[in-house]
Amino acid sequence: MVNKIWGFFIISGIITCLFNNNIELINNEILNSTKDSLDMIIKIFPVMALWLGLMNIAKHSGLLDKLSKKISPILRFLFPEIPKNHESLNYISSNIIANMFGLGNAATPFGLKAMKSLQELNKKKDTATRSMITFLVINTSGVTIIPTTIISLRMMYGSTNPTSIVLPCILATSLATISGIIIDRILARRCNYK
Amino acid sequence: MLVLFIILYGFIKKVNLYDTFVEGAKESFDLVFTMFPCMLAMIFGLNIFIKSGILNYLFDILKPIVNILKVPIEVFPMMILRPISGSASLAFLNNIFESYGPDSLIGLLSSVIQGSTDTTFYVLTLYFGCIGITKIKYALWAGLFADLVGITSAILIVNFFF
Repeated sequence: MVNKIWGFFIISGIITCLFNNNIELINNEILNSTKDSLDMIIKIFPVMALWLGLMNIAKHSGLLDKLSKKISPILRFLFPEIPKNHESLNYISSNIIANMFGLGNAATPFGLKAMKSLQELNKKKDTATRSMITFLVINTSGVTIIPTTIISLRMMYGSTNPTSIVLPCILATSLATISGIIIDRILARRCNYK
Repeated sequence: MLVLFIILYGFIKKVNLYDTFVEGAKESFDLVFTMFPCMLAMIFGLNIFIKSGILNYLFDILKPIVNILKVPIEVFPMMILRPISGSASLAFLNNIFESYGPDSLIGLLSSVIQGSTDTTFYVLTLYFGCIGITKIKYALWAGLFADLVGITSAILIVNFFF
């Protein structure tokens, strides 16, 4: 599925460009994308190292366990397949917490860690498990309480009330997350019947 | 704030702060190396897709529907870009603030759309790509559905609030 989407992006993009006689653009983009991705990695790398370092402190001080115990009833409901006290629950909760504060860059390493440890529980290595999809849906619907990036961007452009969007954002994102979880449950059940 | 809290808590619990920090930071090398190919692939595909202008055709097709919903047409590219690419939609948000101001209805609506969902395609390919999942089952549909709900509720909520 990922393969098909990726292929579709590239093929349809190139065909459109051919159609518009715009081949130069494609050549530029192909070269640019390597640079863009390197830029992105260079931007993310130090942030990631910093947060993983801090998280390691939080892990050893027992802070992480404490936090994930606090939200474990919710996680147990969302991820019934994960055995109790499994490592992945820690990463999932840190990912969700980082997302809530709008720290997208900090959330990514935890998300990857969580996926990796979910993969250890996976029996069929090439197929997504139910917990993986649930986690992904929670991630893509973006549970944010403080959208830091947007607020700072609004400040930059001289908004009179940069935080006025916080409440609407919370409402919209919670609606998205809740309906995402519901549809995830429905689809998961349908998959099992087949 | 969060940083201070974590360090303070670690200090109270007598953790070897520096050693543990360095040990944890080391793990980032591993992650970066697994992440980079996925990221390159994703950015490569998305750049071609977005820059090719194929989305403009999509906008033309969907224009009548948007007009019915009484959504300012300027916000529309935002709704399409948001699930596909975070940086592209953020760049677009920048444009909107520049030309309409962050406190206009268009600016407010775009802000809430940006804040209401996250990039489904990017997260999906990055996470699943890195651990080698190829059969994603219904994950894409569930993610896109959540995006749709997020954007729709963003429109309704903004109209209600402002």
